[in-house]
Amino acid sequence: MTKSGVRKEGIKGTLTGWLYLAPALAFLIFFMVYPLIDVFIYSFEEGYNSASQTYFGIGGYNYSYVLRDPYFLQAVKNTFILVIFTVPISTILALLISLALNSIDKLKKLFQTIYFLPYVTNTLAVGLVFMILFRKTPYTDGLINLLIKAFGMSAVDFIEGPYWAKMLVLCIYVIWIVMPFKILILTSALASVNPVYYKAARIDGASKTRIFFKITLPMISPMIFYLVITGFIGAFKAYSDAVAIFGVDLNAAGMNTMVGYVYDMLYGDGGGYPSYASAAAIILFAIVLTITVINLIVSKKTSQKG
Amino acid sequence: MDVRLEHLTKVFPSRDKKGSEVVAVNDFNFTIPEGKLIGLLGPSGCGKSTMLYMICGLENPTSGKIYFGDEDVTDIPSEKRGVGLVFQNYALYPHLTVRQNITFPLENLKGEEKLTKEQRNQKALEAAKLVQIDGLMDRKPGEMSGGQQQRVAIARALVKMPKVLLMDEPLSNLDARLRLQTREEIRRIQKATGITTIFVTHDQEEAMSISDMIVVMKDGIFQQMDQPQKVYDDPVNLFVAKFLGTPAINVFEADVKDKKLYIGEDMVMDKVNVKDGPVWCGIRPEGFILDGNGALKCSLTGVDVMGRDTSIVSTNPKMTGLSVRSIISAEDLKLTSKDSVRFNIKRSKTLLFDKESEGRIYYD
Repeated sequence: MTKSGVRKEGIKGTLTGWLYLAPALAFLIFFMVYPLIDVFIYSFEEGYNSASQTYFGIGGYNYSYVLRDPYFLQAVKNTFILVIFTVPISTILALLISLALNSIDKLKKLFQTIYFLPYVTNTLAVGLVFMILFRKTPYTDGLINLLIKAFGMSAVDFIEGPYWAKMLVLCIYVIWIVMPFKILILTSALASVNPVYYKAARIDGASKTRIFFKITLPMISPMIFYLVITGFIGAFKAYSDAVAIFGVDLNAAGMNTMVGYVYDMLYGDGGGYPSYASAAAIILFAIVLTITVINLIVSKKTSQKG
Repeated sequence: MDVRLEHLTKVFPSRDKKGSEVVAVNDFNFTIPEGKLIGLLGPSGCGKSTMLYMICGLENPTSGKIYFGDEDVTDIPSEKRGVGLVFQNYALYPHLTVRQNITFPLENLKGEEKLTKEQRNQKALEAAKLVQIDGLMDRKPGEMSGGQQQRVAIARALVKMPKVLLMDEPLSNLDARLRLQTREEIRRIQKATGITTIFVTHDQEEAMSISDMIVVMKDGIFQQMDQPQKVYDDPVNLFVAKFLGTPAINVFEADVKDKKLYIGEDMVMDKVNVKDGPVWCGIRPEGFILDGNGALKCSLTGVDVMGRDTSIVSTNPKMTGLSVRSIISAEDLKLTSKDSVRFNIKRSKTLLFDKESEGRIYYD
């Protein structure tokens, strides 16, 4: 075959490849890339009105407004607290539960099912249960408060009370919601470690903790990194969780999240402020992108070292 | 340090209530002399790996005792027995370098045995030099060939200077050439260290070529233990005779009448001092002498020329396998007919076994 023949074959092969990709790409461009660019443009158009498709001018005012809006700053603070607490705690807890699940023989399947149940349960139903558990009403203090009082402390209103109490409930809720998936991934990761390594380590006289840190952990670390990265992204996008517990008026409750702020700006006050919403969405996008890139760099460095 | 097994038995319970339990190792008694290389030989699923795991302490025996020298190690956990085990698929930790893999057992030492980092690296280097992989200390297992990984596995098992070295099918994952090479290598390393070594294999050639002694087992039951050549020449039963040797021994249905051995109508051997009746007659492939007037008549199916030797493939109605395989030195090859061949048989290569028990019948 001549050289040009090879090139022709190459181009033809590439074309076929693109043809196969075309349907998926069309959807991606139409529903992902185009809206993303559009949002980016809106975020610089001041006072954009989606009904009349008009705006006053172009500039960075939307950003400066959003960044000075106390509601937005509150939402950023809430989101960051949520991310910082729920991602590590849920991952470590899931790892501990997976290790326990992996080490039992009897009823293993039953417990695996039980731990997976929250994943298939509706978010709002779970929220309702949390409200019943934590809410303090004139008629009852709620189950959790009964427990707290049993330990001799005073009851707290977790749903409409102080900020830390509300944040605590939200964190517990998010951890509880994201754990099943993490447990599922980690139990299968643990099960996929070839038992021969444990046998080898036993003969080599390694202690249980050493086996865990020197063998188990490095072997499942790709899965842990996957869970941390998706966990960060998921926590930054939290919204329905807050709604499920504190209702739709999150700004009033002081429990709004960044996605919640975007939503409120889009649909709140009948018609809303698409420009502010776009600016907030772009800020969120930038934050998530930065964190993910940092995560990837760290994970790559760690896996190279290990 | 010799290794002594006394009535060693391992029974695995059945998976469900209806199933029967599996006796993997049944009442084993033998002593492995100090400093020897022992091949534990048997077909797949005969319990040889279970046996190895019991000696190293990964499996607990159902009953019986294991002694290292005078010390009863039956209830001692594997890390305190001072054994090194080379796994079938090596079980090298894939995320650690060769050096880290070899030093791993040393890092687990506690108390007075604890070593400094320099001492550990020094010992690892010595072990690596012994198996000739000292140039590859910073590689990861994934970046090495099967043979190199095998050596790392041996180095890791040797670095703690075990009293007993155990190998589970050490050559099964290597290609034919490398297998020959590694086989010699294992022999050399064992000789150099003098550590009592037990290795498991289903490949009789492998076991015979490097072992000081071989132990043949079948269905968890001990069959024979002796020097390889002795086991080959003097098997205790039909199973051992069939299991050793390539091509395999030819087994005929034969009869003894008036101290004469008949295969079908052919009287192949006289002065057989055995009572009359049917027997199994095993003839090693090298036990045939090509002779135009030979006693044993076979139909010729083909001749395989292998250079030095020639293998004559023929059939006989009394042969239990597909065809009779005989090995004749190429110079003696004089075939008189295209479709029949006649042999005389060598007395020393002909073994008789009881028809029922398949035990050996000695006829001289």
